[in-house]
Amino acid sequence: MLIDVHAHFHTERSSRPDWRELNQRRLTAGRQMGITAHVASILGSYGARSPVYFPSQDDIRHANDALAALGAEHPGLVYGYCVVNPNYTDRAVREIESRVAAGFIGVKLAASRRADDALLDPIADTARKCGVPILHHTWQHRRRDWPGQEASDAVELAALARRHPGTKFILAHLGGGGDWQHSLRALRGVANVWVDLSGSGLDGGMLEAALAAVGVEHLLWGADITLDTGLAKLRYLESILPPNAVAAVRHGNAEAVFPPGAFR
Amino acid sequence: MTVDVSTFVGPYPFRHLPDSSPGGLLRQMDRLGIHHAWVGHLPSAFYRDPAPGTDELLRLVAPHRDRLLPVPAVHPGLPRWEDDLRAAAEAGAPAVRAYPGQQALAPAGPEMVALMEAAAGRRLPVLLTVKLEDLRQRHPLDAAPDLPPSAVRALARLEAGPRLLVTHADRGFVEEVHFGLTPDEARRVLWEISWIWGPPEDHLALLLETIGAERFTFGTGMPLRLPDGAVAKLDLLAPAAADRARLTGANLQRWRE
Repeated sequence: MLIDVHAHFHTERSSRPDWRELNQRRLTAGRQMGITAHVASILGSYGARSPVYFPSQDDIRHANDALAALGAEHPGLVYGYCVVNPNYTDRAVREIESRVAAGFIGVKLAASRRADDALLDPIADTARKCGVPILHHTWQHRRRDWPGQEASDAVELAALARRHPGTKFILAHLGGGGDWQHSLRALRGVANVWVDLSGSGLDGGMLEAALAAVGVEHLLWGADITLDTGLAKLRYLESILPPNAVAAVRHGNAEAVFPPGAFR
Repeated sequence: MTVDVSTFVGPYPFRHLPDSSPGGLLRQMDRLGIHHAWVGHLPSAFYRDPAPGTDELLRLVAPHRDRLLPVPAVHPGLPRWEDDLRAAAEAGAPAVRAYPGQQALAPAGPEMVALMEAAAGRRLPVLLTVKLEDLRQRHPLDAAPDLPPSAVRALARLEAGPRLLVTHADRGFVEEVHFGLTPDEARRVLWEISWIWGPPEDHLALLLETIGAERFTFGTGMPLRLPDGAVAKLDLLAPAAADRARLTGANLQRWRE
């Protein structure tokens, strides 16, 4: 088994005319790599009608509908994170409840509100009650605000996680840009945050540092935008870890983080 | 016969690397079936004078010269830099490296132009690295700018006909340079693949189609980057055996001739 905990698909609302081919290429390359589960989100309209990291309610509803349809088209292969914008808190809570009831297995928070903001508390509570993890977009050591997103870093995510010890969080794309060493320091001893290894970054030493900081039991395999770098990290782990530890990163840890029996 | 044109030995000042020794390099090469590597001396990119770094590089690779080929750094802003270029040629280097960003030189300024012309006179390619690390993760003191595409265009257009091996470039960079050169100028540039995205965006597949497979060659960027990345790209691309042979060494050999 190989579970990609950080996948994305597109819809006709994405600002890309090749959205169908892009989705298909992810599935085709995923098959080639042996991916047995794509746990995915659709980030609204990816900027076409509302900003990627500040999606409108209309875009969110459309994106989550499209992901539900994709999951129905590929049962047992494509699984859904429910995307919400916490600035519309009540609607976000209702969206999570209804989507999880319909089969979604996680919540995706992008960068519409800082992770340590109190506005995220009802979202974290709802995820706990529904028994699903929250995948949180993360800028590894945000030294300043970057345009287009209210990005959070691991210190802020850890603060949220400490306020909600019963909720499971996933720090997104350790290799997705920024200072991952800073993130790994921030997560030491935070038991309810797992690290997703996705991202195009392939820094030498990153995987060894992740293993040392949070332990193999807190690492989740993922690819995000670049499947080739995901495959590279997996192969490197296979060269430095025993098979049981590799299996934990490939799927065992994810099976423990997502609802029991989610991956059928 | 796979040749990795983008490797280093030696420590990096801004981040710990698990093993940047020649032995570590060879172990990764053996694991991935890489036969030969062009090796730069990583700290030399930051030395005021890279010549002592070249001495160390030559000493480090000496026991492994059947597999590790030294690619010394030259700083064309220093007095008598031509001596370093000559020494590199005499040491059998297949190319020399220049780091205009780290050396605080205009990337297509008079010093770089002089280096390109002199290297062309010796039929030595010059290896230019677009970036050593992603801009978003740099150490606060690492203020070296990325190599801009405009500089590669300007250098490739020089009458001397220099050859440029450009590493760590992404799709946009490659396209902006390639389609901004005449076909003759474009043939002077060889692109290393390690920072070009694979599926699902499939940038590498697209570039091989739009620009031509003959313009690309294999490189990993290790130990700064995991070497598995470049291999995984080729595996997912699944090129025909002949094309894979071109990308992993034959293109490089033909370009050098």
